[in-house]
Amino acid sequence: MRTCFTHLVTSLSAPLNLAFDYTRSLGPVLGRFMTGLRERRIEGIRGTDGRVHVPPVEFDPVTARRLTEWVPVSTAGTVTTWSWVSEPDEGQPLNRPFAWALIKLDGADTALLHAVDVASPDDMSTGMRVRVRWAAEPVGSIHDIACFEPGEAGEDPAAQGEPVAEPISMAITPVRLNYMHSASPEESKYLRGLAEGRLLGQRCPACQKVYIPPRGSCPTDGVPTVDEIELPDRGTVTTFCIVNVPFFGQRLTPPYVAAYILLDGADIAFQHLVLGCDASEVRMGMRVKAHWRPRDQWTTSLENIDHFEPSGEPDAAFETYSQHL
Amino acid sequence: MRDVAVVGFAQAPAVRQTHGTTNGVEMLVPVFREVFDSVGLSKGDIGFWCSGSSDYVAGRAFSFIAAVDAIGAFPPINESHVESDAAWALYEAWVKIQTGEVDTALVYGFGKSSAGKLRRVMTMQLDPYTVGPLWPDSLGIAGLQARAGLDQGAWTEEEMAAVAVRSRTDALDNPLAQLKGSDSAESLLQQPYIANPLRKHDCAPITDGAAAIILAAGDRARELRSRPAWITGIAHRIDSANLGGRDLTKSPSTVAAARDAGFSHVDVAELHAPFTHQELLLRKELSLNGTRINPSGGPLCGNPMFAAGLIRIGEAARQVWDGNADSALAHATSGPALQQNLVCVMEGRD
Repeated sequence: MRTCFTHLVTSLSAPLNLAFDYTRSLGPVLGRFMTGLRERRIEGIRGTDGRVHVPPVEFDPVTARRLTEWVPVSTAGTVTTWSWVSEPDEGQPLNRPFAWALIKLDGADTALLHAVDVASPDDMSTGMRVRVRWAAEPVGSIHDIACFEPGEAGEDPAAQGEPVAEPISMAITPVRLNYMHSASPEESKYLRGLAEGRLLGQRCPACQKVYIPPRGSCPTDGVPTVDEIELPDRGTVTTFCIVNVPFFGQRLTPPYVAAYILLDGADIAFQHLVLGCDASEVRMGMRVKAHWRPRDQWTTSLENIDHFEPSGEPDAAFETYSQHL
Repeated sequence: MRDVAVVGFAQAPAVRQTHGTTNGVEMLVPVFREVFDSVGLSKGDIGFWCSGSSDYVAGRAFSFIAAVDAIGAFPPINESHVESDAAWALYEAWVKIQTGEVDTALVYGFGKSSAGKLRRVMTMQLDPYTVGPLWPDSLGIAGLQARAGLDQGAWTEEEMAAVAVRSRTDALDNPLAQLKGSDSAESLLQQPYIANPLRKHDCAPITDGAAAIILAAGDRARELRSRPAWITGIAHRIDSANLGGRDLTKSPSTVAAARDAGFSHVDVAELHAPFTHQELLLRKELSLNGTRINPSGGPLCGNPMFAAGLIRIGEAARQVWDGNADSALAHATSGPALQQNLVCVMEGRD
């Protein structure tokens, strides 16, 4: 709970689950490293000081010189430090408790971060010997190393990859992040108003402008909006665009109109659809009214208004909205 | 070089969860009011604004633009942002004042760390080719560093627990701290590991929070604060992004930043060490023997992402303003396992 001026308001919140796949070009160094992994071999790169870096680096970390000398290293190595994961998370190499470890492969001078598959932290120790467990179907990614396991190289029959013609040049890295997204107390009042079919704005105590949605801070004055103002569901198109371009997730078939609509009594326009007439008829100053969805579909969302449509009133004079463009 | 001082500081209470938006507006509005009131300024007196925050923490694009609402940026302001702890925004503001273009700056940082799963969100700062795809979490990586030091005898679990106890005891005097008061080190060491070798007390809490600092140059600073905290040196350095290529028990970038900031000895130090072993590492690297460490309770008692480093500068400056210290060091960190480090040295002049 949070105190909002004279009212006690619980902010609305909802899960916000983000998912996006980054596509990254690997360049010559990481591309060659990933190509090697797909063939179940590991290569490092020699630094200016002779040290072998695994994973390889494109430029020497000390001299910044471009590095080019490749060095095959073993698929077995030594744990230099580790920590324990008791509750594995999505995307991690193992779905049961495991250890993160820095592993210095034989022939390398830097350590690779990966997972070690053991049953308990009692099975882990710095200095222990581990070897790669290859993924069943390598694709040219760090996940081609499924994890490490205790042991020495050469004992894993799966470590016999086939050379492949086409080198790896791209990587797709999925990102999944989950948030609880909260509306501000002011926005929460507005959203709850929408669930009742009401349009609730608030007035800035400094500049007296009426904002819908209301704001945690007036962008001009830096103070929260306060006095509640109920606004009518009709207003004026201040500016608009005709959407002709198809895009992923589009709900309407182009062409259609997205417009800024200044509700009567508001000082800030908001964006919505203008339907119910030909796109070519929409114009600045056009008077519009809300077309609400059926009441049983209302939620705490502006989607309760399906779109705006012409009200049939004469156009508003430019002077009535010229300060709100 | 122009003389620049920290003259104002305010922070939101460090709490486990706020109910506001992830753009920080609800936390920043009162923080701005407090920092302005403390020096008798208003937004029109500020020549340059700079913030630190992260869209990954917020879970939305351009959250730092939405945060500008809290300023009331009309007429238009001179503004910048860093996707790093706001201590780096302070560095940018300090440079801006050095150019002579402005005499005052307001620096702020905010983070609603509770919005996502923080230890997972922090994976987004890692090498996206060979490390990030494995989703190593921030506690797991800190655990690798802690174990490296334990194995080498650089620190012990008992010393780590002692850091937590001292921090939480000091936080008793900090009304804005999230954690305060502590069991004995012995009882803390009885607790289970959460990322072996780290126990809960070794890790900073998840904190929502925000902070703001006002910088001023020369006579302007003297007008605003009777004993300004003059910045005698500020520098930041970075170590390799390749975790396995670093000696995790050392922090060459901290040493280099401290050298460049002209650090020799201070009365008090505020260290941005979100894990107990990292404070021990920093104390050793900076040779802080006998220096009072984190009288505020430090980040182990409240660690708002992207503001906690800036808060170290504010807390250290406060020690100078109040006459508790003639010289103070503030440290801020960014990146995994203390990869990037900033050192700001301040002094009082009587």
